[in-house]
Amino acid sequence: MTVLAGLSIWLSVAPEAHADPLFDGGKLILTNGISTIEGASGGGLASWATIAGMETDRGVGVSAHVTGIELADYGWQSHGVSVGIKDRLELSYARQNFDTRKVGAALGLGEGYRFNQDIFAAKVRLVGDTVYGSTLLPQISVGVQHKRSLDGTIVKAVGAKSAEGTDFTASATKLFLSKSVLVNATARLTNANQFGLLGFGGPNQTDRTLQFEGSVAYMLTPRLVVGGEYRTRPSNLAIAREDDAHDLFVAWAFTRNATVTAAYADVGSVATFDGQRGALVSLQFAF
Amino acid sequence: MTLALAFALMAAQPVTPQPQPEPDTAAQQDDFSGVDWEKEFGVEKRQVDPATGELPVDPYVQSPANAGATPFSGAGMAKAFGGQEGIRTIIDRFVDLNTTDPRIEAIFKNQDLVRLRRTLFEQFCYLLDAGCTYTGRDMKTAHKDLGTTRADLNALVENLQRAMRENDVPFAAQNRLLAKLAPMDKDVVER
Ligand code: HEM
Repeated sequence: MTVLAGLSIWLSVAPEAHADPLFDGGKLILTNGISTIEGASGGGLASWATIAGMETDRGVGVSAHVTGIELADYGWQSHGVSVGIKDRLELSYARQNFDTRKVGAALGLGEGYRFNQDIFAAKVRLVGDTVYGSTLLPQISVGVQHKRSLDGTIVKAVGAKSAEGTDFTASATKLFLSKSVLVNATARLTNANQFGLLGFGGPNQTDRTLQFEGSVAYMLTPRLVVGGEYRTRPSNLAIAREDDAHDLFVAWAFTRNATVTAAYADVGSVATFDGQRGALVSLQFAF
Repeated sequence: MTLALAFALMAAQPVTPQPQPEPDTAAQQDDFSGVDWEKEFGVEKRQVDPATGELPVDPYVQSPANAGATPFSGAGMAKAFGGQEGIRTIIDRFVDLNTTDPRIEAIFKNQDLVRLRRTLFEQFCYLLDAGCTYTGRDMKTAHKDLGTTRADLNALVENLQRAMRENDVPFAAQNRLLAKLAPMDKDVVER
C-alpha cells in the first residue's frame, strides 16, 4: 500500500518536471539564422546549415519573414514561412516579387512589370551542431530548393530553357566561440538566372553548375551580429550578363522571437542594367 | 401515497447506524506522516557533513581532468573574470539564476547546492587559470540521471551569459570560456 501511494505521488510530480512542450522555443537566439531571399534559413543571401524556428531537438518551430530590397533600378519584395522539426528538418516556402519599375518600359515589358517566383524548399541537418560539440565538426546540412517562375512566357522569350528549376545545396556552418566568429560555406548546384526570376538555363549554359556561397559573421553580443556574404552565380543568358552577389549585414534579435536585419547588397548587373546595389531590410519572427 | 412511501423508507432505514467494520480506514490511508520514505524505498540517508555543509557523493577518482577541458594559460582570462573574487560572484549569481529559472529549476530541486557552488567555482577558476584545482566529479558522472535536454543546456548557457554580463566580463572573453564548455554537451545532456 505504501509503495502504491508513493508511486502516485511520484506520478503527480513527474509530468511537471519532464513535460516537453511541442513548441519548446529553446534554441539559442540567432542560431536559427535569418531568412534568406529564397526562404531557407541562413544569412540574407546564402543558405546556411541552420534549421529554421526556435525549437530544439525535441520540438517544433516556425518562422515567418518579409524582406525588401531597394536597388538602383529595381525593387524587391519577398516573404515566406518555414517550419523546423526537431532542429533536423526545415520546410520553407517563399514568394519573390521583383519590380522592374522604369526598366520594365525600357525592356518593352511595361513600366512596373513584376517578375514573380515561388520557392519550395527542404533542408535536413545531417551531422554536427553550429554551437556545441567539437570545433572541427560544423553543422552540415543538405537542401533542395524547387523554384517556379510565374512568368514562363517572358523568361523563355529572353532565352531561359525552363520556367522551373531545382537547386541542390550542401552547407557547413560553425560558430567558433573562441573567436566569436561564425563561418558558413555552401556549395550550390543551380542553373537559375537571377535566382530563378529570369528562369533556368540559357544559351550559354543549360545545365546546373557548381556555385559557392560564403558568409562570415562576428558576434558583438548574443543578440547582435555583423557580417558579410559572397555568392557566385552562373551567367546562362546570352542577352544579359549576371554577376556574383555580395552583402554586408547587421542582424539584431531585438526580442527572443524577432530579428531585424539591415544590409548593403550588391547583385551587379540585372537584365543589362549594371550596378544594382542598395539597401536590404528584413524582419523575421520565429517561435 | 407519499406518506406511505415515507413510512416504507423509514422502515428500510436502520434506527441506529451499524458500527463500521473497520473504523478510520480512509483517514489512515491519507496519513503518511509516520512513514520513513527513504527506508520504504531502500534509500540510504545522506548526512550533511558538519564541517563542509555538503552531502557525501559516491566515491570517485579526483583529477583536474574531470573538469572536462584544458585550462587557459596566462593571466588574461582570470583578469577578465575579476580573479577568484569575480568568479565566485559570477558562480553564485549563475546558481541563483538556474535555481529560480522556471525552465530548469526543477532539475536543481533537492540537489546539494553547497557542493555545486564549490565545484562550479573550482571548475571555472581552474579553467580560467585563476589559481585553483578542480576536485569535483567528471561531467558525465555529475549529470547522470538528471534527464537534461538540449533546451535545458541552452537555458543554462543563457543564465551563465547573464551572470557574466552583469559582472562586466567582456563578451569576447565570455565566448572564450563558452568555447571550453561547448564541447561538453554530449556529457551534460542526457535526453
Ligand atoms: C557544459 C555545461 C555544464 C557544466 C560545465 C556543468 C558543471 C557542473 C559541475 C562542475 C558540477 C558538480 C560536479 C560535482 O558535484 O562533482 C555539476 C553538477 C550539476 N549540474 Fe551541471 N554543468 C553543466 C550543465 C548542466 C545542465 C545543462 C544542467 C541542468 C539544467 C546541470 C545541472 C546540474 C546539477 C543538478 C548538478 C548537481 C548534481 C548532483 O549533485 O548530483 N548542469 N555541473
